[in-house]
Amino acid sequence: MSSNKKYWKSVEELNENSSIVEALKQNEFVAEIPTDEFLGDKDTLEASSTTRRDFLKYVGFSTAAASLAACEGPVKKAIPYVVQPTEIIPGVANYYATTIADGFDFASVLVKTREGRPIKIENNTMAPSHGSANARVNASVLGLYDSLRVQGPKKDGASISWSNFNAETTKALNSVKASGQSIVLLTQTYASPSTNKLVAEFKEAYGNVNHVVYDAVSEFAAVQAFQKKYNKRGLADYDFSQAMTIVSVGADFLGDWQGGGFDAAYAKNRIPANGKMSRHIQFESNMSLSGANADKRVPATPNQQKLALAKLYSLVTGNNVSVKGLPANVEAAVKAAASQLKKAGSNGVVVTGIQDVNAQTTVLELNAYLASKAFKPEVVIKTKQGNANAVAQLISDMKAGQVGAIIMSGVNPLYTLANAADFAEGLKKTKLSIAFSMKEDETSSQAQYLAAAPHYLESWGDVEIKTGQYSLTQPAIRPLFDTKQFQDALLAWTGNSASYSDYIKSTWNESVLGGASYNKALHDGFFVNNSAKEEVAEEAPVDEDTETTQTAFSGAAQALAASAKSTGLELSLYTKTGMGDGQQANNPWLQEFPDPISRVSWDNYLTVSKADAEELGLKNRHVADGGLNGSYANVTVNGVTVKAPVLIQPGQAKGSVGLSFGYGRTAGLKEEMQTGVNAFALYHNFNSTQNVTVEAASGEHEFACVQLHNTLMGRGDIIKETTLEIFNTKDKAHWNAVPVVSLNHEETPVTSPDVDLWDEFDRSVGHHFNLSIDLNACTGCGSCVIACHAENNVPVVGKEEVRKSRDMHWLRIDRYYSSDETFEGDNIKKDEFSGLFGDKGSLGGFGEMEEPSDNPQVAFQAVMCQHCNHAPCETVCPVAATSHSRQGQNHMAYNRCVGTRYCANNCPYKVRRFNWFLYNENDEFDYHMNDDLGRMVLNPDVVVRSRGVMEKCSMCIQMTQKTILDAKRDGRVIKDGEFQTACSAACSSGAMVFGDINDKESKVAKTLEDNRMYHLLEHVGTKPNVQYQTKVRNTTEA
Amino acid sequence: MRKVIHRKLSRNFLRLSLIVLLAFTSSLSAQEGDAAKGKSLFNANCAACHQLDKKMTGPALRHVETRLSEDEGLDRDWIHAWIRNSSGVIKSGDSYANKVYNEYGGAAMTAFPQLSDQDLNDILAYTAEEKKAAPAPAAGAAPVAAAGSSDGISNELILGALAILFILLAIGLYLVNKTLRRFAAAQNIELEPATSRTPLWKAFVQNQFLMIVVAIFFLLTSAYFAFGYLMQVGVDQGYQPVQPIHFSHKIHAGDNGIDCKYCHSSARVSKTSGIPSLNVCMNCHKSVYEYNGETSAEYSKEFYDGEIQKLYKAAGWSDADQKYTGESSPVKWVRIHNLPDFAYFNHSQHVTVAGVECQTCHGPVQEMEVVYQHAPLTMGWCINCHRDTDVDVKDNAYYEKIHAELSKKYGVETLTAAEMGGLECGKCHY
Repeated sequence: MSSNKKYWKSVEELNENSSIVEALKQNEFVAEIPTDEFLGDKDTLEASSTTRRDFLKYVGFSTAAASLAACEGPVKKAIPYVVQPTEIIPGVANYYATTIADGFDFASVLVKTREGRPIKIENNTMAPSHGSANARVNASVLGLYDSLRVQGPKKDGASISWSNFNAETTKALNSVKASGQSIVLLTQTYASPSTNKLVAEFKEAYGNVNHVVYDAVSEFAAVQAFQKKYNKRGLADYDFSQAMTIVSVGADFLGDWQGGGFDAAYAKNRIPANGKMSRHIQFESNMSLSGANADKRVPATPNQQKLALAKLYSLVTGNNVSVKGLPANVEAAVKAAASQLKKAGSNGVVVTGIQDVNAQTTVLELNAYLASKAFKPEVVIKTKQGNANAVAQLISDMKAGQVGAIIMSGVNPLYTLANAADFAEGLKKTKLSIAFSMKEDETSSQAQYLAAAPHYLESWGDVEIKTGQYSLTQPAIRPLFDTKQFQDALLAWTGNSASYSDYIKSTWNESVLGGASYNKALHDGFFVNNSAKEEVAEEAPVDEDTETTQTAFSGAAQALAASAKSTGLELSLYTKTGMGDGQQANNPWLQEFPDPISRVSWDNYLTVSKADAEELGLKNRHVADGGLNGSYANVTVNGVTVKAPVLIQPGQAKGSVGLSFGYGRTAGLKEEMQTGVNAFALYHNFNSTQNVTVEAASGEHEFACVQLHNTLMGRGDIIKETTLEIFNTKDKAHWNAVPVVSLNHEETPVTSPDVDLWDEFDRSVGHHFNLSIDLNACTGCGSCVIACHAENNVPVVGKEEVRKSRDMHWLRIDRYYSSDETFEGDNIKKDEFSGLFGDKGSLGGFGEMEEPSDNPQVAFQAVMCQHCNHAPCETVCPVAATSHSRQGQNHMAYNRCVGTRYCANNCPYKVRRFNWFLYNENDEFDYHMNDDLGRMVLNPDVVVRSRGVMEKCSMCIQMTQKTILDAKRDGRVIKDGEFQTACSAACSSGAMVFGDINDKESKVAKTLEDNRMYHLLEHVGTKPNVQYQTKVRNTTEA
Repeated sequence: MRKVIHRKLSRNFLRLSLIVLLAFTSSLSAQEGDAAKGKSLFNANCAACHQLDKKMTGPALRHVETRLSEDEGLDRDWIHAWIRNSSGVIKSGDSYANKVYNEYGGAAMTAFPQLSDQDLNDILAYTAEEKKAAPAPAAGAAPVAAAGSSDGISNELILGALAILFILLAIGLYLVNKTLRRFAAAQNIELEPATSRTPLWKAFVQNQFLMIVVAIFFLLTSAYFAFGYLMQVGVDQGYQPVQPIHFSHKIHAGDNGIDCKYCHSSARVSKTSGIPSLNVCMNCHKSVYEYNGETSAEYSKEFYDGEIQKLYKAAGWSDADQKYTGESSPVKWVRIHNLPDFAYFNHSQHVTVAGVECQTCHGPVQEMEVVYQHAPLTMGWCINCHRDTDVDVKDNAYYEKIHAELSKKYGVETLTAAEMGGLECGKCHY
């Protein structure tokens, strides 16, 4: 059958006279292929002496030579010590207790060293407080091996020796002293008894010395309020394990609020026991970790928060405070919170993060009124001593040329000051400037002398984190470079020939230990002195206006209410879990760490509520390659404009925007790490709340976001959730039902062997590992993610690859928003779908469910390989590279894997990660695994994977095997708690419990029998060895 | 073959010299002390600090008695007093005692009050012996070589004679044939021309069946050899590199019977057996400065002494001053046993827990002059052992429960490593 139809490939073909059509018929390519471009021009080709035959000869020869060489194994050298240190046995790890005190993070930790190299940070579980390492502290070990560290002291950019440095600076300091100008020490908060003593000695030696303590992210208002009320400089301590009702007004106390470290105590009361758990009410503008964990979260702009706090004060104490302009929903929430607090009495506690003296005073008053058991003003947190007024005074003094010398340590004011330009101007007028720094950062590169400082793992130090709770820092490795710490320089300047370690020892023996053993304190890493004498405030209270002092206590709430003035959008500056104040910006682990809330890595961004975004014309969209794109916005505060990408954040209070600190650094960083924008530029007067104008800007930003699907879509078998009321009153089948399938028209639970495709393997002999994850205790802090990175040599892949969903995290923490007000609402909505169309149609309904609600509930779920007993990945591997062990671990033999990726396709949990590239010793991925220094952090017990193989969580088999081997060698039975994985060991909130379920007395065997226990996607029938504990929310309104 | 004979001969030689030596020494000791007894006493009590011919922590002691009496005029009683309580002699203000004390850096000699007069006389008799000449190894080696080679020559001779015989036979046949043909030609006898048959090779080529069979056979054979070749790629069994210092395991572990784990101590507790650091070598080699054992043409005493000097250089030990100079240069040993990174092996698991002898995997190291890789270190080799070896569960509380349960399950009394789960991929690959 013939047809006269004419088919055409382009419109051009219809034009009969077109020359291009004719040309295309003859040639596939119209233009001549530009061979010259890659062959070079003809003349040089002909002039070349290499003939075609020669070329082929060379190719043949080199191929043959290469294959011959490949057959012969390389000669490997082994070089033993000349004199082996007695404490080092090659292949056996040593642990040392030390303390990180970098001015932002303070924690007592254990350092794991192998052959003298620190390779991992672990929790010091013996320490009474701050014994848990957050994500940044876990990652800090990589900072030791930063290839961009300053390797020796410098003067005006040129290297000098330490002896010259000492001679020159001592001379210069003496001339400043003679001239009568002041010498300023601008330092981070050290909270160190020895450093304080040393500074006092320095003051004595040089006379006109001013010690200014500067925190990049300030808690100055809270410090002032506390000092006014209790006449002690510091912050009140809170023990959330004593609180059953927690009301937080803008305080992200699970994040970095007042130095952080409160999450472990908080988590204790979050696990329902005897039908009780704490209730947590959060008023906040940005969605924070605390808000995500709250039972009730009320979005409120910073101004509304002030009003809410004043109202709360008035309702609880009965003192009448007139509060105007509080939205009805917030007011109702405040009323409910107030009645709950009153009912709780001393079991209640109120905290606030509003940087306002009145707000902080009000909270102190409230807690004192409640006689809150969780509120411990007698224990003072000393890690935030920064004095904003003194810093402001310093800058004006410097500009006036009154400062003769400035010595900086642990600070980077040219990056962290809003008025950095003023500081830079002042710095130029200062005769002598010395900066102690590990990096050639914004400030140290501008100082005359750059004193190369050691990493904390190479340093000595001490710190009094809280009253009477002392910690010691000891080096875990000899200094890698020619570095010297600030305190050693102070000793040299004061003519003291002792080393700082000896100095600490004598200080401790004199004034800290009270006769206790120094060696024991050094071994433990901490010392608690309960009889510590009460210290009087170091400095007189700063009275900037007498009015406030008069109204201080009873009138603080009134003043607070009066000070709240709403004008347009309000910006809340915050610190991200991964980056903090930006000290560790050159740390690839932290850059790649996805933010727990936004799930965005390698960036900071302006968080905007959906309503405001629509109003301002700001958009987020998903593009075809699976990436997230966002508009840019110009954010202007007091004439300073920052152009930041926009992320629409569910739960962001309407009328507020948020931007995180720590990004936008450029000096002393690898190019890939220079991400985000600098929010410190907007941090005027150290106030984290700023009135701001936001307008859409041109361009579109590409985010590297690892989780694009924000909601659960009512899939209750991923995250099971219930309320405390239902949990207490109803049967397990109601709120944690095992899914059923039809077998012979009868509903059969999927756990029944009758509906199983697989034969059951007997795992009752030996060990059978299980990991339990309690969704109630998990705060989403992410320290497990970094601990996993460090333990398992997980590579960093970079922003571009993360955007393509090629991130390598073995452990991810999924975050889900509810599309309704609550997840329960989601489930009801989904259950009520009937038909495709219409009001209750599933087509439109699911579309709606994709969008998180304005104030969603949030749930975190850590997901790693589930180590299924009936693993779908194992059955599809053509080369049997992945197989099951009787100990419950799903094994992955990398050397056997050929990279078909069938397993990843067949995994219902999407936890398998493929090495698309060679991530070590590859210049394309210039992170820590690309230089000799950075590779020193690698764990020698875990192989570094190569290109083309699949990898995944091994349930830290190297750790379980080591535990077994140690027990075998000692000839003993393994006790519960000995088995650990990197994540469970890093989890300080107790959310992750690891152990052997064949040991019936073990914790994890008990959680397996718990009513709250469920398996992820149980209906698939994979029988995982990771258990989850149903999340219970305390929604009971008083 | 050669080596065995050599060893026997040299052993005989040594035995002979020992007898001569004993006869000689016993005649001496008849008067004052027994030098043989003295030798053992010397080795037990004095050798940590003294040598006969070399200054160490203390002075060299050969002919000490003669030296003292001739140079200092001190008699045997003084020596006895000194040995029993040197500090007492120093305190008494004796001038020579103080001189020696100061010369050796104020290190007091350990007092030996337990030694009787006879013991001391024995020791002095031992020190009074003349220095023996080093045994000449060449004398023993030469006849051995001659004897060994005579065997080979006779074989060759027989073969040569046979070959000549065959050649003569062939020539004879040819000549006979030629002669017969000449006779035939002379007597005009017509010789039938040989009928031309298809040559064998042609017939072979034409037979297609045979060709196919041969081709298949050829392919299979080459596949077999190719497979064999490829399977040994990366298997370094027998790898025997030259080391920067010729360390003889034969002398240390074999002749001297030093326990493997004295030097490779971390094998007990760590995944690596550990190459001993040089301070471990120096524990002994501070006093062992020369080699006095068996030697051969290839490895002479001078050779071994040279190697000890290499150790001193690396460790920064000055033998003359008996102290460390501080200038050390770590030894770059060549690794012999190389497991790939993706295979996890733990020595302590095998050595301490399982009680496996080092020789099981490393072969007869105590006989190796130069160490080589004894085992293939392939996965099949590991697995086979895990399949065959019973786990030693005795007196190990860890195994009690698991052993009881597993032996019930499998109905066996002893369990192999494989039955314990020792074949699972993840036990070694992570």
